[in-house]
Amino acid sequence: MLRVIVRRLLQLVVTLIALSALIFIWLRNLPGGPVEALLGERATPASRALLIKALGYDQPVLVQYAKFMQRVLTGDFGNSIRTGDPVTEVIGRAFPATIELAAVAMIIAVGLGVPLGYLAARHRGRLLDNLSIAGTLLGISIPIFFLGYLLKDVFTQNIHWFPPSGRISTGVDNTDVTGFFVLDGLLTREFDATGDALWHLILPAFTLATIPLAVIVRITRASVLDVLNEDYVRTAEAKGLRHKTIRGRHILRNALLPVVTTIGLQTGALLSGAVLTEKVYNWGGLGTLITDSISGGRDYPVLQALILLAALVFVVVNLLVDLSYAFIDPRVRVR
Amino acid sequence: MSLLDVRDLSVVFQRRGERPFTAVDKVSFSVEPGQTVGLVGESGCGKSVTSLAIMGLLPRRGNKVTGQVMFDGADLLALRPDDMRDRRGRDIGMIFQDPLSSLNPVVPIGTQVAEVLERHRGMDRKAALKEARELLDAVGIPDPNRRLKEYPHQISGGMRQRALIAIALACKPRLLIADEPTTALDVTIQAQILTLLKQLVDETGTALIMITHDLGVVAGLCDTVNVLYGGKVVERAARHELFARPRHPYTHGLLNSVPRLDSPRGERLHAIRGSVADNIPWAEGCAFAPRCDNVVDACLEGTPPLEPTTTGGDLRCNNPVTEEVAVP
Repeated sequence: MLRVIVRRLLQLVVTLIALSALIFIWLRNLPGGPVEALLGERATPASRALLIKALGYDQPVLVQYAKFMQRVLTGDFGNSIRTGDPVTEVIGRAFPATIELAAVAMIIAVGLGVPLGYLAARHRGRLLDNLSIAGTLLGISIPIFFLGYLLKDVFTQNIHWFPPSGRISTGVDNTDVTGFFVLDGLLTREFDATGDALWHLILPAFTLATIPLAVIVRITRASVLDVLNEDYVRTAEAKGLRHKTIRGRHILRNALLPVVTTIGLQTGALLSGAVLTEKVYNWGGLGTLITDSISGGRDYPVLQALILLAALVFVVVNLLVDLSYAFIDPRVRVR
Repeated sequence: MSLLDVRDLSVVFQRRGERPFTAVDKVSFSVEPGQTVGLVGESGCGKSVTSLAIMGLLPRRGNKVTGQVMFDGADLLALRPDDMRDRRGRDIGMIFQDPLSSLNPVVPIGTQVAEVLERHRGMDRKAALKEARELLDAVGIPDPNRRLKEYPHQISGGMRQRALIAIALACKPRLLIADEPTTALDVTIQAQILTLLKQLVDETGTALIMITHDLGVVAGLCDTVNVLYGGKVVERAARHELFARPRHPYTHGLLNSVPRLDSPRGERLHAIRGSVADNIPWAEGCAFAPRCDNVVDACLEGTPPLEPTTTGGDLRCNNPVTEEVAVP
């Protein structure tokens, strides 16, 4: 087990190094750049040359990359070109917001998706099943930004159930401990802040959850249908076990194996979905930071670190999923 | 009074847009306490469906079950699903064909034995596991303490079937239904499992319905044998009577097609001609008629009735076989 973890972590390091090189070269070949953004279109060639030299962009890309990696190994990702703040600080501010949003979205997706998928399978071919098929198709096809604006319009403009944007109301006095507002409220016993943060979370999290939710409903449904045909479910019925036992121990424990894999893969969807969702709800997270860093003059240092972070999160979540597999499925453990 | 009395049991599969298919057609038979009864026939003759109908394990939709299954004075088919659930595993146990796929791959063997004790005998987990250990020991699983914690893929096929037998007999049911329990096992293991079953039903007085296509299994185990063809009982007889004097041409053909060690060298193996698919609906005559060597005109004029024979059995045939075959 330990050997598997170590091997996977080494693979992770290799992946990240390769990815960093790719991003580094790719970013520098995008049209436009920080120099144009900082100096504007009418800058003189001389001032441009001066800035290019100051930022170190006159050197060959490989040399730039080597210097970048050297600094990264000491934990220094450079400063944002746009604001001048250290990249780690900029990202550190935005990171908890996105993780909080993505975590709540995943809780919604799994919490609703697994029961719905199970019920659809048990009522195969009937109304509930057909509704779930239609609903999941809609959930997968509807663009996030469209759904986001739609929900925002209905629930914040027409009926004022939820706040239109932001992570917390202006009047609420919250103490920043971890940056996770819901958690901070609980830690400092400012429960009104927790409540307010959750209230702000509901619409964006639901928007972000639609695609993973639809996928999880479908996978759960298909997987439960497979398991229902298994002989061991018939054995469980022949034992006269209660519905509850058959559902939990014999059907779901087997049916959830592919669902767990899906949850890992859906983190990718969550990260990309966060970019759109955060834009719609003005959520100050990584998604907002990434769009601002691209449109605000190709903020190379921030972008590099952001993409690496996204890759890191994706790979780590999938590593955790793979490891959890070994705990759920004894057949994996032996190998 | 019989322990189990199946009367006119019919199962019709009915899917939308498809012609209804009668898998089991007015089957009647009974099982006395402690008796071992065989249901014998080829694939598709309705023997497994009969057992699933008795257990109430057929899918809820797509089929119609009629008739009566009297067990202990109550009609199992008329019971509320929850009442039937209380009886399954407690009064009637069942073991299935493929021991690997019949055990849950992600739950330890111990839990799979213990849960039936927790459910029907009200034991807590600790007591149930202790009892499960005894049960595994009783069905001849070596080192039961270790096996309790192991998963189905970690033990051999024979041991898996032993574990399933332990599960089925955990609550000391009065009736055990074994649906081709040895088909998926090696020949040497088959013999062990049959010996074990025989020993256990003798010890506990459990009645047994043995469902099989293998006449060898019947010969070693059953008191009475019901031969099924096309969803109907075509012959019923005591074991010795059936093997000594098979009356129905189908039974006769089955016995003749068993390979024998003492047959002359070079003699061809007998086979019943045609396949199960070559049949006619019972309403139009005998379903076996297209494959039968003894066919007469009457066989194509309506269902032959199931009539008592002089030797205490029942026979559904217009022109029975009269010759004797030596008991294999």
